[in-house]
Amino acid sequence: MSLRLYVPGDAAALAVGADAVAAGIAAQAAARYIQIEIVRNGSRGAFELETLVEVESAQGRIGYGPIDPHDVAGLADALFVGGPHPKRLGRPEDLPFFARQTRLTFARCGITDPQSLDDYRRFGGLKGLERARTLGPIAIVEAVIQSGLRGRGGAGFPAGIKWRTVAETAAPQKYIVCNADEGDSGTFADRMLMEGDPFLLIEGMAIAGLAVGATKGFIYIRSEYPHAVAAMTRATETARAAALLDAAFDIEVRVGAGAYVCGEETALLESLEGKRGLVRAKPPLPAHRGLFGRPTVINNVLSLAAVPHILADGPEVYRDFGLGRSRGTMPIQLAGNIRNGGLFETAFGVTLGELVDDIGGGTLSGRPVKAVQVGGPLGAYFPRSLFDTPFDYEAFAARDGLIGHGGVVVFDDTVDMARQARFAMEFCAVESCGKCTPCRLGSTRGVEVLDKVIAGVARDANLALIEDLCHTMKLGSLCALGGFTPYPVISALTHFPADFGVPQRVAAE
Amino acid sequence: MTTGTALEEFDPARAAQIVIAGADREGALLPILHALMEAFGHVPGEAVAIVAGALNLSRAEVHGVVTFYHDFRTEPPPRHVFKLCRAEACQARGGEALAVYAEAEARQTDIAVEPIYCLGLCASGPAAMMDGRVVARLTPARIDALYQQARP
Repeated sequence: MSLRLYVPGDAAALAVGADAVAAGIAAQAAARYIQIEIVRNGSRGAFELETLVEVESAQGRIGYGPIDPHDVAGLADALFVGGPHPKRLGRPEDLPFFARQTRLTFARCGITDPQSLDDYRRFGGLKGLERARTLGPIAIVEAVIQSGLRGRGGAGFPAGIKWRTVAETAAPQKYIVCNADEGDSGTFADRMLMEGDPFLLIEGMAIAGLAVGATKGFIYIRSEYPHAVAAMTRATETARAAALLDAAFDIEVRVGAGAYVCGEETALLESLEGKRGLVRAKPPLPAHRGLFGRPTVINNVLSLAAVPHILADGPEVYRDFGLGRSRGTMPIQLAGNIRNGGLFETAFGVTLGELVDDIGGGTLSGRPVKAVQVGGPLGAYFPRSLFDTPFDYEAFAARDGLIGHGGVVVFDDTVDMARQARFAMEFCAVESCGKCTPCRLGSTRGVEVLDKVIAGVARDANLALIEDLCHTMKLGSLCALGGFTPYPVISALTHFPADFGVPQRVAAE
Repeated sequence: MTTGTALEEFDPARAAQIVIAGADREGALLPILHALMEAFGHVPGEAVAIVAGALNLSRAEVHGVVTFYHDFRTEPPPRHVFKLCRAEACQARGGEALAVYAEAEARQTDIAVEPIYCLGLCASGPAAMMDGRVVARLTPARIDALYQQARP
């Protein structure tokens, strides 16, 4: 029997030399006449351990990391024969970063061979779809409603209600669209899932198709994710060959073209139709008139990927995780200047402080944390004084923030928050689709006014102007790009006034 | 990902072939433009006319789409493209200082430094794409090595 090793094929591993590590291990084995099999698994999600090489043993899988290509020669003995090595981590699942997680959506990611449908089945895959087939459309929708699953893309709308609307809308053609245009900086859960467990997304979409009577699905993946595009394309081909996808429900992978705004659901639909990614006014809702004017379920990758578990194990198991109106688990992404960065799936309710200090281990630079941006480029910057905020849709909203797609970006004390506020406006100006005036013009004026503030020109008057402008953008924009850009700007100003040349305000409570 | 290497010279007949091969799909325009980019590295005005004719769209509509999306070029691409992430998570890991270095070192080479907003490597930044290949945990030394490899 040959020795089985695991070298991740996830982009986070490839970007630090995983292919060279795999080639090096193969060469070392060949030179010693040792038969090995290298599985290119997904990433388990601890990015600082990449490339995380694992070898099967009587004690389970033993991890070594981070392994650079030049480490391989010195690692070969430990891998093939066993024995001590400075980078030996023991069983990865025993490491605190993994042991503390509750992995429902990411249960298989990093464990299995992502392109093996047999592996997927062996580790519990397709049970949700089988159960869905016995339940029928109405009961599937009911289960998703019962689970309390809310859209993981950012808006947090109850997924089951969306499905029910599409199910109840009569039409000759309906669509399932998966929004895999994960453009928020600090987020990578969609990418990891598509590369590390693509059949889960296919299963989730197939269940959605059954539930609402759709026969065609599209996965719209951003072009910045070439490995996810390749993984999903291959997985859909495998699924088709295995009759998991057929004329009753088929999936096509489509690639975006570098427009951030296409992560907004109606802009994404326009883009899929072959047009500029202009945001549509709502109503009509996509559930009534979506892709090509047909009723469409459009959900984020993580929403659809949560569904197989809900069906397989029952909605109450999922619902029992979490708190308040935020049920289930959230794949949180720890990013930026953080020591233990990566994917951390856990029940809602963990506090921001636990995530950053305890699990994340503070900053990578070793300097104090100054600010944390939660929810991507449109999310608020939180100071340390808000670290007791629990990870929950409502708790973040109550503090003028949002959890968005679950990205947490940490900054140390070298960051200049006036610059970050300016960047938020600049990013909005670059990425605005141009359809509505508050976003298109407001963002450009915002950059200009913040430049004056930074230069110290009529500071008080210009700060008043920024607040007024943000108010207009927030209430007057068609979508979250213009509507939420004020979050990072205003939060930076509120919590870090000194960076704008304003003395710290005393809280008015 | 298209770069200046291994691309075909633009040829209207070949372009028409690519367009016709993709014209039957629902919402065919983006996949067709991607296929043209893949072949020629850019979508010149001549191609816009071919696409418009095949899909029964106006040239203005196709031009609008080509120029809306950051990925589509109307001119042939530089020989090497270094797309460095400039988004928040990479900023927090020293990405802006590295961008200054990357741009300075790329002067007088055939490497073009372009911004990209997020490669999903946000706990391994600064991250970039060198001619379509992802690279992370970048330092000035690693950029030197990448530039060295890119030179003929």
